Amino acid sequence: MSGILIRGASLVGGDRADIRIADGSIVAVGSASAESGDHVIDADGLVALPGLVDLHTHLREPGGEASETVLTGTRAAAAGGFTAVFAMANTTPVADTAGVVEQVEALGRQHGYATVRPIGAVTVGLAGQQLAELGAMASSRAQVRVFSDDGHCVADPLMMRRALEYVAAFDGVVAQHAQEPRLTEGAQMNEGPLSGELGLTGWPAAAEESIIARDVLLAEHTHSRLHVCHVSTAGSVDVVRWAKARGIQVTAEVTPHHLLLTDETARDYDARFKVNPPLRRAEDVAALRAAVADGTIDIVATDHAPHPDESKECAWSEAAFGMVGLESALSVVQHALVDTGMLDWASVARVLSTTPAHIGRLAGYDRPLSVGAPAHLTLVDPAASRTWSPGELRGRSRNTPYTGLTLPGRVVATVHGGVPTVLDGALVDAETVAAAAGTGR
Amino acid sequence: MRHLLSTKDLARDDAVRILDVAEEMAATADREVKKLPALRGKTIVNLFFEDSTRTRLSFESAAKRLSADVITFSAKGSSVSKGESLKDTAQTLVAMGADAIVVRHHASGAAHRLAHAGWIDAAIINAGDGTHEHPTQALLDAFTLRRRLHGEDARGRALDGARVVIVGDILHSRVARSNVWLLATLGAEVHLVAPRTLQPAGIEAWPATVHELLDDALATGPDAVMMLRIQRERMHDAFFPTEREYARIWGLTAERFAALPADTIVMHPGPMNRGLEIASVAADSTRSTVLDQVTNGVSIRMAVLYLLVSGTDGGRA
Amino acid sequence: MSARPVLQTADIGRALRRIAHEILEARRGDGRLVFLGIPTRGAALAKRLHSIVEQIEPGVAEAGTLDVTMHRDDLGRSATRAPAPTRIPSGGIDDAVVVLVDDVLFSGRTVRAALDALADHGRPRAVRLAVLVDRGHRELPIRADFVGKNLPSATSERVFVRLTEVDGVDEVAISS
Ligand SMILES: [Zn+2]
Repeated sequence: MSGILIRGASLVGGDRADIRIADGSIVAVGSASAESGDHVIDADGLVALPGLVDLHTHLREPGGEASETVLTGTRAAAAGGFTAVFAMANTTPVADTAGVVEQVEALGRQHGYATVRPIGAVTVGLAGQQLAELGAMASSRAQVRVFSDDGHCVADPLMMRRALEYVAAFDGVVAQHAQEPRLTEGAQMNEGPLSGELGLTGWPAAAEESIIARDVLLAEHTHSRLHVCHVSTAGSVDVVRWAKARGIQVTAEVTPHHLLLTDETARDYDARFKVNPPLRRAEDVAALRAAVADGTIDIVATDHAPHPDESKECAWSEAAFGMVGLESALSVVQHALVDTGMLDWASVARVLSTTPAHIGRLAGYDRPLSVGAPAHLTLVDPAASRTWSPGELRGRSRNTPYTGLTLPGRVVATVHGGVPTVLDGALVDAETVAAAAGTGR
Repeated sequence: MRHLLSTKDLARDDAVRILDVAEEMAATADREVKKLPALRGKTIVNLFFEDSTRTRLSFESAAKRLSADVITFSAKGSSVSKGESLKDTAQTLVAMGADAIVVRHHASGAAHRLAHAGWIDAAIINAGDGTHEHPTQALLDAFTLRRRLHGEDARGRALDGARVVIVGDILHSRVARSNVWLLATLGAEVHLVAPRTLQPAGIEAWPATVHELLDDALATGPDAVMMLRIQRERMHDAFFPTEREYARIWGLTAERFAALPADTIVMHPGPMNRGLEIASVAADSTRSTVLDQVTNGVSIRMAVLYLLVSGTDGGRA
Repeated sequence: MSARPVLQTADIGRALRRIAHEILEARRGDGRLVFLGIPTRGAALAKRLHSIVEQIEPGVAEAGTLDVTMHRDDLGRSATRAPAPTRIPSGGIDDAVVVLVDDVLFSGRTVRAALDALADHGRPRAVRLAVLVDRGHRELPIRADFVGKNLPSATSERVFVRLTEVDGVDEVAISS
């Protein structure tokens, strides 16, 4: 029986260990020796992380294949060290029925680069008018547990209350894109001195904070689980901290870009920096970093939002919101949190794997890198660094905000369910991965 | 100065130079032959994504008076509105031989993007971008003010000490933004007046004194009062309750006009809403520079085109 | 780089007085004289010629400036040039004898531009050219009617004219 032997990796606790993988599972951790036919990876100097889990990915398929597909998106995920992604519902058609979510889930399984867990829409067509068939999606083969109208806010307070109450029956969670629509009509960037100077309509922090405040009170009232997508302001952090102190079941995520970039990037009207929620002030970036470090913010999620070049090569207010992030997430987290001493690698494993899997009720990530657990892992070289260039991205779209920036860390290998998807820093080809995934190896 | 994108980044010397060259351009208007050969063989493209007959005619006439070839491209209803990107449009125009592109766009930053995205190599002149800037309008306002203040001695001078009150929808006004930066750069004392709903975020850091009530600002005894156009639709977005209330508190009414110092001039970038932001008696008085502003617009635009297009160095004369 | 002085204050004054007399003689009594100096130093020279003529025959002449920047044929080949003011005397130039005044006559291209610029202002009865220094090397069929000093030079040499009004000193020098 051939497998994979990883030699001398650093575990997140600091110990060095060999890890042997066979039949899709971890069969040995500690000291292990290669069996005949094993693929041996020399992991000297590499950190072994559990396979990363992204709770917020836009894979665009169906309907947006010019930007990304399940295949290209999961290849980007694998390249970034991810073994599971939660695919947002704002596709065409919208993932608001069991049929659509099953189709997306099946595509992920077929390609094999990562587990794809579809997120179901809260309301039909994301229109905020009528609840989607949440139960049908939950009980479908896609086993939807996360529901979100992301891209849109569930703004109607009654609709939000009902959704929170209704998904509790399936152990589901509502992931809210917190954006008060009236306060953000035509909004283009963070409301502040720069928006005033540049003549771009401001997106006030209060438009996010007021929805989060309302939603945590609704979650408290309904005894339901609430997840707050892409928290972007210091005020939001305060609200979440307050809610957690009251025992409200709320979890929160932050994107890598909100941990690194500020609204100053808008100064050149380069739409690669246009994103929703917008990049905020340096004070917000500092508060978000601190909130990840102290656990107020539970996870980092990419909000990977691919767009074709033409959606960005235009005037700012005509450009699409969003940036790709799967391939750069780990590097940005290392740069913003690890290299600054705010987070250790064990916490990186928590915010990028264990906790997002737990929020999304994704099995197989609760006992990372232990014997008997599914073999989802990624090997990172924290001493490496690279200068980002859009030409090197493995996803279909190039809208990265990090072009020209040198960021630390490099994913050397990714293993998804025992199947290597990245080896020696390069993606394993699609046929090999699909074939291996089909045999469960 | 390779491009003219905003007045924020315009140095005082460059601004005064543009005003001085505009004086020479203005002088040609009295000659038997009004046309100058300075831009013979050059091609100026007017790229207008937003209707503005006044500004378009002003740039066209400026370019023609300098003997440039002028191509006017009204992007509204053309392939551009059908999804062709700004980049593709610009590259097409440069392939047609454009030496300079005068761009008017409904989106803030469009001119900046054309100039700096690396898509094309042509001088870019911002003829108004969204709610960001309208630098030639501010330059012609400064020119008009300088002539009124200094007459024949205007050349070489700035606006040191001049007190200018700008009133109205500062939030959505590219004219206000360009004027604030330029007037401050030229040494003028700028006062801004608007209800809080129409003040942009961060206005307190602008080089101006901010007032909420017009009467407070007029009490400073200004050399010039510039009334901005109010769009009636703003009322529906709750920026102010009614036109009547706006006119009463922020309009240059006949009473306020009568109470102004005798030599205070009244400016308006046009088109005016008579009876809303400005009373007819003020708009039509000899102290109104509304028509001067139109005339001076051509001189300023000639100066800008000349300085950006004629030499090999982008206007470092 | 060493500059060799060619004309001093007194020489320049003498040259201008001689030119003024020559102009009056050549005029043969027909009509008004208008001196138009080409900025910057030509404008100062035109003023001086005008005041000399005023002393000899008061009221016969007027003076102004004629900027030629916009009419130059090398606008697109050199750094941007800022135009200088043009001041046409109140009487205009129609039917007058216009004397264009410049400091140095070299290629002739400035004078060509001046003739074009002049046409924008009217139709003189005749146009004459007065220069302080003619250094040769014409590139156009243009010659001066009145010359302060002929100064044969190599193209590699540079001729400097300094005038009190502009430079604080009167001097013509040549350097290689
Ligand atoms: Zn979102």
